Amino acid sequence: MTEKPTMIAFQDVHKYYSDYHALRGITATIKAGEFFSLLGPSGCGKTTLLRTIAGFEGISAGAVMIDGKNMAGVPANQRPTNMVFQSYAIFPHLTVGENVGFGLRRAGLAKAELAAKVDEALAMVGLKGYGARAAHALSGGQRQRVALARALILKPKVLLLDEPLSALDKKMREQMQVELIRLQRQVGITFILVTHDQEEALVMSDRIAVMFEGEIAQLADPETLYRRPNSRRVAEFIGTMNFLPAQVISEAGGKIEVEAKGFGRATLDAEQAPGASSGEGPAVGFRPETLTILFEGQTATDRETTATIEEVVYFGDMTYYDVRLEGTDKAVRISMRNVFGRPVLDIGARTRVAWSPGALVLFR
Amino acid sequence: MMGTKSRWARLRRTEAANGLLMISPTALYAILMLAAPLGAIFLYSFLTDGYLEIIRDFTFANYIEAWTNELYRTVMVRSLGVSMVVTAVTVLLAFPIAYFVSFHVSPSRKSLWLFLITIPFWTSYLIRVFLWKVILGYNGVVNSGLLGIGLIDEPLTFILYNVNSVVITLAHAYAPFAILPIFVSLEKIDRSLLEAGQDLGESRFMTFLRVTLPLAMPGVIASVLIVFIPTIGDYVTPQLVGGPEGRMVANLIQLQYLKLDNYPLGSAIAVSAMAIVTVVSLIFVGLNRRYLKGRKA
Repeated sequence: MTEKPTMIAFQDVHKYYSDYHALRGITATIKAGEFFSLLGPSGCGKTTLLRTIAGFEGISAGAVMIDGKNMAGVPANQRPTNMVFQSYAIFPHLTVGENVGFGLRRAGLAKAELAAKVDEALAMVGLKGYGARAAHALSGGQRQRVALARALILKPKVLLLDEPLSALDKKMREQMQVELIRLQRQVGITFILVTHDQEEALVMSDRIAVMFEGEIAQLADPETLYRRPNSRRVAEFIGTMNFLPAQVISEAGGKIEVEAKGFGRATLDAEQAPGASSGEGPAVGFRPETLTILFEGQTATDRETTATIEEVVYFGDMTYYDVRLEGTDKAVRISMRNVFGRPVLDIGARTRVAWSPGALVLFR
Repeated sequence: MMGTKSRWARLRRTEAANGLLMISPTALYAILMLAAPLGAIFLYSFLTDGYLEIIRDFTFANYIEAWTNELYRTVMVRSLGVSMVVTAVTVLLAFPIAYFVSFHVSPSRKSLWLFLITIPFWTSYLIRVFLWKVILGYNGVVNSGLLGIGLIDEPLTFILYNVNSVVITLAHAYAPFAILPIFVSLEKIDRSLLEAGQDLGESRFMTFLRVTLPLAMPGVIASVLIVFIPTIGDYVTPQLVGGPEGRMVANLIQLQYLKLDNYPLGSAIAVSAMAIVTVVSLIFVGLNRRYLKGRKA
């Protein structure tokens, strides 16, 4: 993959609301054509950061650059960005077509040309023929599409999406996720999505910035974020991660020797220790699917231990087992894909568990 | 016997009966105090005046007189003109105030501002009109002030006892009535719509014209109706500050009823004024419906 040019650059951006420090030194770059997500719990500053790009929020210090230009003093209506609002902000006094064509007034197009562009934009979001409808009569999903068409018709350099899917039900949300990805590939515009839904961010993004308390905790592609979270906090925010206390025995030549409860001695690569433990003492972390329960006749490809099953949660395609590994006093979660003909184990059963040192993450 | 009784019992239990029972005091009041007098006036307007008595002869003569007599027509047109100017002035001045309170006052302070806006209501209407007399009079506040700083050599006379003073007094009296509906409609506007307007490339001013103003129109039209309807028939203000040139239709009706004892003609003028108000109001209601079309709530 060739290196794409930078579209947005935050240079040590700070934002204060009187004495509340909402953004605390954000430095990051977003590449052209990237699907970028700002992920974090509510109040972490992700929406504020998005609004500094749109121009709705001034910044107290630092710089926001769009396509190489410093945006200081540039009002929202002169920025090469468009936004899909959380509430969609569909103008209730206008029709669908008038909403979509709202931003084209200044282009001074002839009536027929304008209508053609609006039709094209509506077709792109799957609302062909909706132009004459009253905006208020639309469903949530349709309003979202109108908001998308209204923003994309202006061919912005950056499309900003402020939790656009949070108001939709689960089915509709999943459908819109796929459509947004398709749309982004089709138009090639930089998309910046704000979301508190880690699953949504993982599914949709090329890269994700995880934010806590006005700071970016980690900025990485979804896989790195999931496999190598750089702190316990990020690990716990994205998916499920089990933790067991551990001690570093020795460290040399890019290898770390640890003694972990339940696993015993293991040798990790230096890249498996990217993060901090946030004061809870050193620990190894692992995702539920990296451990495998061994059934009759199966053998571990790497290492193996024994465990007692304490809880079984059946999900149809998956079963979650809360198990206590030999020599530990706390249950950890293992997720197993259900296979036809294989029984679901009972609570209290003893079983063998396969694991691999490569799947562990060390938090110091 | 049994049958009717049970039917009555059943009727009493129905929701409709309950509803009627509940509104009956109000309905009775409205019928006695509103519908009955209105009907009487309507009836009078078709009878013949016999100086000190009313002759029960059906006639259109009162209406012909009311609509053709130069004097009555002038006063009617003046009333219409005054209330239109008052409405325009009041609503145009009320809009910026409502806008300011809605958009530039912090939410915690809004109720305080609304409270302050209602302060003029704390004194009686009559006293407020008299106060304007003090302010606008020959030796009033405005004139002595302007004389004092040497801007004028002799007192201004065009500010009292004519149409101007009526407009000023009425516009002040009705300002809160105009501010509140506009304020409510501005409050209902989702602020993200204004951000969306700017996000889509429009300046603040164009966003105001294309988003804020159309969405505030129901409030503006409500204000227009609320100011226009009562001012056209206002009696006290023209009587006290209007002078001979500032007389309006209510003063004319009073003249016919109480001074000239011509009930039929007074009634005909009153009914005609009501008809004009109705027509103008219907136009605005129609406009409002157009703006409200396709709008929730």
